[in-house]
Amino acid sequence: MAIKQISVFLENRHGALSEVTTILKNENIDIRALSIADTTDYGILRMIVSDTEKAKNAIKGAGITVHATEVLGIKVPDVPGGFSKVVDALGSKKIDIEYTYAFLTPKEKEACVIVRVDDNEEAIEALKSVGIDILKETELFY
Amino acid sequence: MSDKFLSKIEGASREEIREEQSRRLRETVKRCYENIPFYQKKFDEIGLKPEDIQTIDDITKLPFTTKQDLRDNYPFGLFAVTNDELVRIHASSGTTGKQTVVGYTKGDIDRWAECAGRALYSIGTRKGDKVHVSYGYGLFTGGLGMHYGAEYMGATAIPASTGNTKRQISLLQDFEADIICCTPSYALVIAETMKEMGIDPKTLPLRAGYLGAEPWSENMRKEIEKTLAIKAYDIYGLSEIAGPGVAYECEAQEGMHICEDYFYPEIIDPDTLEPVKEGEYGELVFTCIGKEALPLLRYRTRDISALSYEQCSCGRTLVKMTKPKGRSDDMLIIRGVNVFPSQVEHVILSLGMEPNYQIIVDRVNNLDTMTVCVEMSDEVFSDSVKKLETTERNIATAMQSTLGIAAKVKLVAPRSLPRTEGKAQRVIDKRVI
Repeated sequence: MAIKQISVFLENRHGALSEVTTILKNENIDIRALSIADTTDYGILRMIVSDTEKAKNAIKGAGITVHATEVLGIKVPDVPGGFSKVVDALGSKKIDIEYTYAFLTPKEKEACVIVRVDDNEEAIEALKSVGIDILKETELFY
Repeated sequence: MSDKFLSKIEGASREEIREEQSRRLRETVKRCYENIPFYQKKFDEIGLKPEDIQTIDDITKLPFTTKQDLRDNYPFGLFAVTNDELVRIHASSGTTGKQTVVGYTKGDIDRWAECAGRALYSIGTRKGDKVHVSYGYGLFTGGLGMHYGAEYMGATAIPASTGNTKRQISLLQDFEADIICCTPSYALVIAETMKEMGIDPKTLPLRAGYLGAEPWSENMRKEIEKTLAIKAYDIYGLSEIAGPGVAYECEAQEGMHICEDYFYPEIIDPDTLEPVKEGEYGELVFTCIGKEALPLLRYRTRDISALSYEQCSCGRTLVKMTKPKGRSDDMLIIRGVNVFPSQVEHVILSLGMEPNYQIIVDRVNNLDTMTVCVEMSDEVFSDSVKKLETTERNIATAMQSTLGIAAKVKLVAPRSLPRTEGKAQRVIDKRVI
């Protein structure tokens, strides 16, 4: 049920991000969602892309550190309190969120939240128990 | 004469000094052969007998000793005495967590104290003066070495040790110390802290500093003399030989006088191992002709220096060495601690990582800093900042426990460190000394 995310190590220098985005452009890979974690010394670019394997190989081929992880895509109604419900569902089961980012889907009034937790199965169960839907990979690209 | 020098030998004729050295060398060689299996084996291998060594000129027949020999015989394998005669042990940090251990008999401590005492005396310290010792007290020889030296020559030792600079400054004010012993970088920290506290150093009776245990320059000397309103003198020592006081700068400041009646110096070409001409630079080698517990023969210090036998204008006839101008190995001295790149490599390997790293040494606000950049492998990389930070912390903790000093650890991208012939450039020393 989980979806694939790729993470790229970004050195804190000019052009580091551009190198990655250029590779994806040349490979004709679409980015659905992204977030960057920034520390003083480096950044981590996390992305949901249209072809994870192809993106991973192309980035790796350029000598850039890349890593694939499974994260959860959660369907959230785009209304006040939508995200709160997700956080509460996980919080009530003491599931920690390592990081999260969101994007809107083409469907009206629907958003998707990407969540990284330690144990995906446990999180899915917690979300389903309160009626929250998990997104399939196939639903991401249209 | 008697009040000019602390020990008579300091102004003796070259002839007298040589005679004393020859006598002590004969005793030392005999002691080594009879009590240290390591030396007995080395002598036998090259067919050398203790009787072959008669005068100090015969010293070139003796085999060399290296830091590796000390490590191989860790901890007490090179000691020439039984535990009954040992009164003190010191140690310095060493590769792969193994320390270099040195031992002293009662006589050794007395002679070392005499050397440190000669040093203090040579810069005008007398009975009634107070010597504030801000070197670390512990396994490091700095603190106790200068402490015993001060007591030996009849001055008052103030064992302040390191740390808590504001308190040190209060002690300097309240106890009215005349001399301070510390690293040159710490002298600058004290000066800066005084400035922050609004204290004018000229209002303190402090008149001189004996500074050592790390490389420093003439510019740094000027800076210390200006900001701390003292005269700054250089002192040299290494734990394998004794500690501070092996050589010292006198008021004339024409080089550092070596206590050559106890520590016989030679300068060799580090590649050919042959002696160089007087005045030429090369690797400094010491033979401990005044030590009972650990009488090392021709110990290779790896410090690059030159000797001068010209009589000093202070009247001392003891040979002078120049301030070491570098090393013949890759050892770094960071905040007074000896660090080898191989130690850093060992730590990284022990954590299951690739040994692609770079050590960046800098001096920020007069204190040495060390940053270790470690190239990450795909296995080490994670999408989680928390995991990467844990990895950095684990490396830093292991580094601290092996090196004995704190280092900042930075993970960098694979193959991002500059390489020459496939090997990453290991050390970048940005310190302007």
